[in-house]
Amino acid sequence: MRFDTVIIGGGLAGLTAGICLQQEGRSCAIVSTGQNALHFFSGSFESVEAPTPRMSDLFTQAGIAVHYSPGVRLMPLGTFRPAALSLSDVTLAETPKFARKVLIVNFLGYQDFFTTFLADGLEREGMSCRIATLDLPETGQIMSSPSEMRSVQIARVMDRAWEKAVQEVRILLKDEDTVILPQVFGLNDSSVPERVRQAIPARVIFVGTLPPSVPGIRTQQLLKRRFEVLGGTYLSGDEVLQAHLHDGAVHSIVTRNLGSHYLEADHFILASGGFFSKGLKSNPFQVSEPVFGLDVRQAGDRSAWYDPDFKADQPYLQFGVETDEALHPLLGGRPVRNLYAIGSVLGGTRPELGTGAGLALRSAFAAADGILESPVIPNEA
Amino acid sequence: MKIQEYTVSKYNFEECMKCTVCTVYCPVLQVNPAYPGPKQAGPDGERLRLKDPYFFNYALKYCMNCKRCEVACPSGVHVADLIQAARIKYSRDVPKLRDRILASTDLMGSLARPFAPVVNGVTGLGITRSVLDATLQIDHRRVFPKYSGRSFEAWLRRRAKEQAAYREQVAYFHGCYVNYNYPALGKDLVKVLNALGVGVQLLDKEQCCGIAYITNGMSDQAAKHARHNLEALRKAVDGKGLKVLTTSSTCTLTLRDEYPNLLGIDNSDVREAVLLATRYIYERLEQGATLHFRPDFRLKVAYHTPCHLERLGWGVFSERLLRMIPGVEFTLLDSACCGIAGTYGFKKENYEASQAIGEALFSQIRDIKPDVVACDCETCKWQIEMSTGFTVRHPISILADALEA
Repeated sequence: MRFDTVIIGGGLAGLTAGICLQQEGRSCAIVSTGQNALHFFSGSFESVEAPTPRMSDLFTQAGIAVHYSPGVRLMPLGTFRPAALSLSDVTLAETPKFARKVLIVNFLGYQDFFTTFLADGLEREGMSCRIATLDLPETGQIMSSPSEMRSVQIARVMDRAWEKAVQEVRILLKDEDTVILPQVFGLNDSSVPERVRQAIPARVIFVGTLPPSVPGIRTQQLLKRRFEVLGGTYLSGDEVLQAHLHDGAVHSIVTRNLGSHYLEADHFILASGGFFSKGLKSNPFQVSEPVFGLDVRQAGDRSAWYDPDFKADQPYLQFGVETDEALHPLLGGRPVRNLYAIGSVLGGTRPELGTGAGLALRSAFAAADGILESPVIPNEA
Repeated sequence: MKIQEYTVSKYNFEECMKCTVCTVYCPVLQVNPAYPGPKQAGPDGERLRLKDPYFFNYALKYCMNCKRCEVACPSGVHVADLIQAARIKYSRDVPKLRDRILASTDLMGSLARPFAPVVNGVTGLGITRSVLDATLQIDHRRVFPKYSGRSFEAWLRRRAKEQAAYREQVAYFHGCYVNYNYPALGKDLVKVLNALGVGVQLLDKEQCCGIAYITNGMSDQAAKHARHNLEALRKAVDGKGLKVLTTSSTCTLTLRDEYPNLLGIDNSDVREAVLLATRYIYERLEQGATLHFRPDFRLKVAYHTPCHLERLGWGVFSERLLRMIPGVEFTLLDSACCGIAGTYGFKKENYEASQAIGEALFSQIRDIKPDVVACDCETCKWQIEMSTGFTVRHPISILADALEA
């Protein structure tokens, strides 16, 4: 099967590149090995720069509401982190002391949301906190199986019963100026978080839970739908086993599901992610990129991979694929001319700063531009 | 220092990093709180079961074996295989009479077919359904597939000579549904393949692929079918050098993947030769073969990818074939389970869950209002037709309709 571009990896980077290319009439296939890091997305792109118009267009056309306002956001354990471009679910405050009195609300039986940590953190900043729980009949059914009471399960109920939760919160609310709720609103109906905000007479802040991330899953589904509406082909749950290179360029790839049916393209994009997504693999002796065997920036000896001080900068986090300036990755020291590497597979980045999503977006646009600037090669078939 | 370099275990069980992504995509977990979910039922539970079989949880029977957890898993864990293998290994449940009847698709087919008009009439009656509900716990709201008076095998046998005249040949694993319930699909496949200059043969006595035996706790029975079918496949593949085409996505997954992964029966010598007809036809067209379509053909098609086709990763061939037909207005439906999962939705205890799972898909279909829904799975067809009222056609049948006479 032949495409203009085949993208390996179906997360934020791969989908962004795919949408950009498909919009310009370039046919794309995305090969996705299981679901991706958007399922752990904080909701914040952490990029300090303002979004470019095409970035805003990408989100608007996919139906994803974002806002830009440099400041800080409240983290799940009650600390603060600088943030700017974010999903509209995420509240951006100018300073960590953003309220006077806070009501922290959790669902009865839900263990993936840490109310006391939050209260401790906020009290350190001089805010007074009260913790309350909601006991709704609507969430009773999922409570009967406590190990399965996760964000997504609650969010499915909240998509249809958010008004009940709002009613209860209004009853609980005394003189607090701010209400904190877990990020379990708007899984399939993205209008829910804003409607919850409107219906509660205080400032409402949604704070992240343990995975899976409800706003992240919604973002993934909207981007994937946009890509497919534009005519893109999304191959879920497949895996690239091998690549055929000829004369310094990729000719085709072999996948587990398609076997002898190769995927051919003029351009290829590697958006396979970092260690979690197996875009990078490690054994006791080295870190490698499994699809093409690309050059990987790494420290030679395993003892230099990490710092025993857990909180220090960890060298292995900067390991990843080496590229030239145009994001063509290096193989044996030479760039592969029709291949681009984008997102977390790239070396020399600092994912621990939470810049992964911003990097995914910007490198995806750069790779798509590289491909769009090259002439369309007429299909041989 | 002693280091274990690789972590390869059966079903990649040790690769699970507890990320919970599988639980997002499990259709059962969304509607049935009695089901522990794929993470708990799969890799988490396996850890305990390996210590002591006492920890086997009978609620694993609620798993529909849709494999969506495996498609979603970022770590390559065969979650659904872990669950089904645990049921095979540890469950002491004796299958009920109802489950035996539902699982024996080819036996029921051969019994019902000669009396098709009577059987169809009787299973259509409210009283029959009430009796089945009360006696066997087969839900009374479920609509039964109709039986055909003449089997597909009989139809093709009478055309064996005419089919043998084609220079190129393939074998066809038609499955129980085409043979007993819906020979029209088999006839459509023959029409399309003949238009490509390819003749169609039967296998030497195929049996039901056995998936319903596996999911209903009768894996010994399934293994018998597997061994029989592999002999039949070998005669076609090794003996005659033929590809074996299929039209049912679930039969295909069973023949290719469930035999080795769940039943432990090696099929590596014939596995690559078993192909969905959509893939074979697409590849023929890609290699330069042509089909001539009616210029006046117009059809608004919404395509549903069945769960097992999603797992095979071959939905793209159906999608591309449909998009190729001039006059087809194509919409790809969101990836979602219809809720039937073979015999699962027929059982009284699963009926409500089955309908709740499918609701997202049904409402998207109602919104789009297509002329037909296209889908490669027979049980999805029953479910979608019963639940939405829209007609469901196999992509091969749509292709056959669009061909110039």
